[in-house]
Amino acid sequence: MADNKGVMIFGEVIDGKLAASTLELLGGGRGLADTLGEPLMLALVGSGVGACAKDGIAYGADKVFVADDAALKNYTNDAYVNVMEKIVKQVMPNILLMGMTPIVRDLAPRLAFRLGTAVSMDCLKLEIDSASKLLLMTRPVFGGNARGVYVCEKAKPQMAAVRAKVMDPKPKNDSKTGEVVNVAAGLDVSKLKMKNVATKKEQVAGIKLEDADVIISGGRGLGSAEGFKLLQPLATALKAAVGASRPPCDNGWVSPSIQIGLTGKIVSPSLYIAVAISGSSQHMAGCSGSKNIIAINKDSEANIFKEARFGVVGDFNKILPAFTNKVKELVK
Amino acid sequence: MPNMIVCVKQIADPEAPPTSFKIDEAAKTMVPAQGVSQVVSPFDEQAVEAALKIKDAQGGKITVISLGKNFVMDVIKKPLSMGADELVLLQDPAFDGGDSHSTAYALAMAIKKVGQFDLIFCGRQAADWDAGQVGAGIAENLGIPSITPIKKVDIKDGKVTIERVITDGFEVVECTAPMLLMVSNELGEPRYPKLKGIMAAAKKQPINWKASDIGADASKCGTAGAKAKLTKIFQPVKEGKCEIISADTPEEAGAALAVKLREARLI
Repeated sequence: MADNKGVMIFGEVIDGKLAASTLELLGGGRGLADTLGEPLMLALVGSGVGACAKDGIAYGADKVFVADDAALKNYTNDAYVNVMEKIVKQVMPNILLMGMTPIVRDLAPRLAFRLGTAVSMDCLKLEIDSASKLLLMTRPVFGGNARGVYVCEKAKPQMAAVRAKVMDPKPKNDSKTGEVVNVAAGLDVSKLKMKNVATKKEQVAGIKLEDADVIISGGRGLGSAEGFKLLQPLATALKAAVGASRPPCDNGWVSPSIQIGLTGKIVSPSLYIAVAISGSSQHMAGCSGSKNIIAINKDSEANIFKEARFGVVGDFNKILPAFTNKVKELVK
Repeated sequence: MPNMIVCVKQIADPEAPPTSFKIDEAAKTMVPAQGVSQVVSPFDEQAVEAALKIKDAQGGKITVISLGKNFVMDVIKKPLSMGADELVLLQDPAFDGGDSHSTAYALAMAIKKVGQFDLIFCGRQAADWDAGQVGAGIAENLGIPSITPIKKVDIKDGKVTIERVITDGFEVVECTAPMLLMVSNELGEPRYPKLKGIMAAAKKQPINWKASDIGADASKCGTAGAKAKLTKIFQPVKEGKCEIISADTPEEAGAALAVKLREARLI
């Protein structure tokens, strides 16, 4: 265990390029590696991912391990766990960092158990403890009501899945040099039990939540799918995306793909207008990174007002149309 | 007909108002506020619902297993009143202070003792510590495939078809039983127990197992078996400086809010 060295990033490739989350991890991982005086490494697993190795070096990696195999084209838990297990056992990194992505939510816990180590999911902060040189991992617990700081003393690698935008990428440096090592995936396809047979993307009309600078979000208090329609004119006027807290999604008023919260999307727009949302911790966990939160709610004691900059207490049916009309007048 | 196992956890109601939430920094845990009731963790109720949907369609047996202490019978029997068949409670001081590793180990040992299973269901994460790992750990201990977070599952002739939630939709994954599924809220609201179910559940006695009953190795249980160590817990500070815009009528307040946002250069 004492021999484990280096910070390894599990990289993801989207549309032939390193994912934004991977660039962030390379930036943050570089800092951790330098603090420890250890190398930064990148693992690329998939089909046709080898071409991204040189970008990995340009964004900070000293060494890139590539497992490029047609059998890894679509993510499945059993294939990816097997390949990552092989790479980690070969390289023996001290720390393994992953982005909090849909793949990692499924991959990281199983990989940690396979390797006999622990992983902290959805980390908001990583730092090296100056005395023990171990990784301190801060993550939300109790639905975002509190933060826990975890350490993994008994096993290696120390594993963390990091939330998007927690770390910053470093500028690309094409003159930086590094080593690329090809690793045979060595999969026995006949032994794999899982098969990804289709990917169904739901088209959400308008601006994507992750990209939006302004988000109008509705909650349980809107009462119905009809109530949600009141948000649309305001969204159009402000070129905003429409989001929701969990109850409207679970009640089928809107698509689950627009859910904002601990178990949905995590957003950080400049302006977040919350209509008829009480502000449960699990919802706030998804939007508290917003620069300005505005609340419209009939309950003056609602938690959302504790996090909002401006608020109006009252019935959204009356407030929202007047607000929307005035917004239209002001922004035109 | 499939044999199904659902793992559930009893926790303090996560929907309790955030203002009532308190932690004990020295004990490194939350302090249950007065009047906050115990519930089955919501994703675990959805895991029960996923199993019941399969039972509705093709029959089968559902065994619910819960590891914990201070069980409230009316709460922990809820899966029975929803339609599950058996309830196994794992209670032993040996399980105290566990993390995902030790909890997954104990649940896997209990599942081995139950014996036959085609599908195992868990919630995607317990709504207290939000670790999201126990399901994967049970599957690793049992050497079967696992998948998370899922919104739909079906089984036919040993072939399992799953819908796994991703950012903008879902993946359709095929696998073979036995396997483990971690269920997300996108599955939909769990059913309410019917009176008949509540009456039947009230009469049913849970099976109680200790660490020795499931042949668990003490060094792998509770604190001894934990790999992750919580060094500190704290509550993030909130500023709480909201400017409330008021006016004579709600309509005027709405218009005044727009003016305020303009003045603050937010729109």
